[in-house]
Amino acid sequence: MSVILVFLLVIAGIAGWWLSHQGLMSKPWLEHGPAAAFPDTDVTGMPTAKVGLGVFLAVVGCLFALFASAYFMRMELSDWQPLPIPPLLWLNTGVLVLSSVALQCAVIAAHRGQIDMVRLGLVTGGLTALAFLAGQLVVWRDLSASGYFLEANPANSFFYMITGMHGLHILGGLVALARTISGAWGRRYQPERLRLSVELCAMYWHFLLFVWFAVFVLLAGWAADFIDICRQLLT
Amino acid sequence: MVDATHGAVDVIPPAEVPEVELYHPHSWWTKYVFSQDAKVIAIQYSGTAIAIGMVALVLSWLMRLQLGFPGTFDFITPEAYYQFITMHGMIMVIYLLTALFLGGFGNYLIPLMVGARDMAFPYVNMLSYWIYLVAVLVLVASFFAPGGPTGAGWTLYPPQAILGGTPGGQQAGIILMLVSLILFIIGFTMGGLNYVVTVLQGRTRGMTLMRLPLTVWGIFTATVMALLAFPALFVASVMMLFDRVLGTSFFMPALVEMGEQLSYGGGSPILFQHLFWFFGHPEVYIVALPAFGIVSDLISTHARKNIFGYRMMVWAIIIIGALSFIVWAHHMYVSGMHPYFGFFFATTTLIIAVPTAIKVYNWVLTLWRGDIHLTLPMLFALAFIVTFVNGGLTGLFLGNVVVDVPLSDTMFVVAHFHMVMGVAPIMVIFGAIYHWYPKITGRMMNEAMGQFHFWITFVGAYAIFFPMHYVGLVGVPRRYPEIGEPAFITAPVENLNAFISVAALVVGFAQLVFLFNLIWSIWYGREAGGNPWRATTLEWQTSETPPPHGNFGKELPIVYRWAYDYSVPGAKEDFIAQNDPGTGKTATGLA
Repeated sequence: MSVILVFLLVIAGIAGWWLSHQGLMSKPWLEHGPAAAFPDTDVTGMPTAKVGLGVFLAVVGCLFALFASAYFMRMELSDWQPLPIPPLLWLNTGVLVLSSVALQCAVIAAHRGQIDMVRLGLVTGGLTALAFLAGQLVVWRDLSASGYFLEANPANSFFYMITGMHGLHILGGLVALARTISGAWGRRYQPERLRLSVELCAMYWHFLLFVWFAVFVLLAGWAADFIDICRQLLT
Repeated sequence: MVDATHGAVDVIPPAEVPEVELYHPHSWWTKYVFSQDAKVIAIQYSGTAIAIGMVALVLSWLMRLQLGFPGTFDFITPEAYYQFITMHGMIMVIYLLTALFLGGFGNYLIPLMVGARDMAFPYVNMLSYWIYLVAVLVLVASFFAPGGPTGAGWTLYPPQAILGGTPGGQQAGIILMLVSLILFIIGFTMGGLNYVVTVLQGRTRGMTLMRLPLTVWGIFTATVMALLAFPALFVASVMMLFDRVLGTSFFMPALVEMGEQLSYGGGSPILFQHLFWFFGHPEVYIVALPAFGIVSDLISTHARKNIFGYRMMVWAIIIIGALSFIVWAHHMYVSGMHPYFGFFFATTTLIIAVPTAIKVYNWVLTLWRGDIHLTLPMLFALAFIVTFVNGGLTGLFLGNVVVDVPLSDTMFVVAHFHMVMGVAPIMVIFGAIYHWYPKITGRMMNEAMGQFHFWITFVGAYAIFFPMHYVGLVGVPRRYPEIGEPAFITAPVENLNAFISVAALVVGFAQLVFLFNLIWSIWYGREAGGNPWRATTLEWQTSETPPPHGNFGKELPIVYRWAYDYSVPGAKEDFIAQNDPGTGKTATGLA
């Protein structure tokens, strides 16, 4: 359970930092009169949707941290046989990076008000994400074709389950992206609104890219090597 | 001491929170069924939770009938008994308590108490309820599936949960249970995002975090915890679903069943226990923290006294929330863990008693020399304090490894957790319903029926669970439909079991009076007016009762003070509303 505990420690750190700016030491029973009546409510200047997405990403991060925890705990048992990492995963990783870059370009274009570039970025981002999903399916097919079935070994089970869960999250993101794209072409085109949606999409994409890096490192076995080194250093 | 009622505000700063565009319903359907209004969603959540809770109540009767009078009822087979305990536990903990506190009270109270027009994302909020309803329907469907619902115990421990020997293990029961849990968690996450973000972003002018009523603090912290803890149950459910449906071996060791070697091998049931209790222990506080918050407000309002140690109360809520994530393995002392591991978790478990005790002291000190009105909400709040202390003290027993090991899996544990996370939060739910009912419907609930309900429930709950501690100490194990006649079972134990069962039936029937009152009072209750309890918080200051869509009138309220200005010396009335600027209305005769 160490991965999830480290993750929660990070969350607790962020929450603690935020709380420390919220006047937890104030004495509300003494706050009256003109001077004290309107302390800063500290409602962040951030758009509500962004805060919402931030909280949601924390939940998603928690989910994958738990998968990683389960992965490490199951890995220590004797029947674990690591499976080879198909080279295609490298290509998929590249495609997903491209997808993130395209959305980042769309964000920059949206800030500059270049609607054509925004459209280009969004569509490229969407298509590359679809390509990533297709690539993942090919990886699944190749693996099972070479005998690495889901139920044959827990390492395989985790591989299919975690990549599947990641893919589902990308799929969900694609729904939001499709709505953003239709907003970019739609008749009721509102630059402010579009910029926010593009930013939200990019934020989600970057996060899922980060999750993918972590998942890749985990499934390739490097994370376990890293932890072994840490353990040796500690003992 | 600063004069609390004095002082004009010269400059009112502009709104920091922009006016939201409310979704305006156009038809009956979008107004009352697919509504995006948090108050309607709250009532939908509560209604569904209470309805499914009644199912769980009936299941508990059936269990008690079997335990009190073994062998009398033919239709309660051991398999059926296991199904009853499983569904009773799961429904009560997740589909009733969690949904009612967060989905019900959270939805109703958060926007009103922080001074918002609605939740941050009303559409997602609506989806949250409908997914919850589907989760409940899937759960109910398992009663009608071939083989019936799962009988794995509410903890669903593998490997037995998905084996043929357990009811529903090799049939649809366990699958429906897991799917229902997964749906519940997805739906809850949607709602939880709303509760958190609304508290973060939706507060009206002047509503600092430290001016929030403790109800909001409790629900807010519990929601944050739930958002971080439910994924563990999600992961455990998905992995078990894989084991059951796709034949993986995450949790399943090599097994021989009925002389036949199963295809599973190498998995770890302990892994499931870790994941389950990583959710399961925070879950206790997910239920308890909203109760803590609500009870603080009930006590303060009905004792006409400011809450004692508001700051300490807030800190305690936060500390309890954080600590509850590092105590989970105290549910696993008998799983063969390393002794140092047990030592660590026993220590953290006992430390959590400190902030909890601070809260109890503060409630008692709020009551001290207060002007206590023994209204129905107050009675239930007092019952909560007593029950929570009782249940908490046995928690100290069970938190110690050496005491826990012999008591583990006895009725003592059942009595403990029913006291602390069954009866105590339910008391708060009742108190809260009696308290906020006038705001929700505009009418008071019937006092006589309420008194009857309170005394039967309170005394009855003790009649059920006090003897159960003794039964457990004697050594009666839990989860046994029938214990036969081992040497340690003496006549008193059998008599006690029968007594407990009768008490459980009586208490159960008293709840029907409550339900009747709940419906009857909508039409025949006494007119309540806008603020019958003369409370300070914003939900009582709305221009209309029940509050309309959008909660407040044209202007959002502006908050000038904290939520607990009761019996302020020199004030005209014994309470000053949070949105009372302290001039004009109350200025006469002051300064």
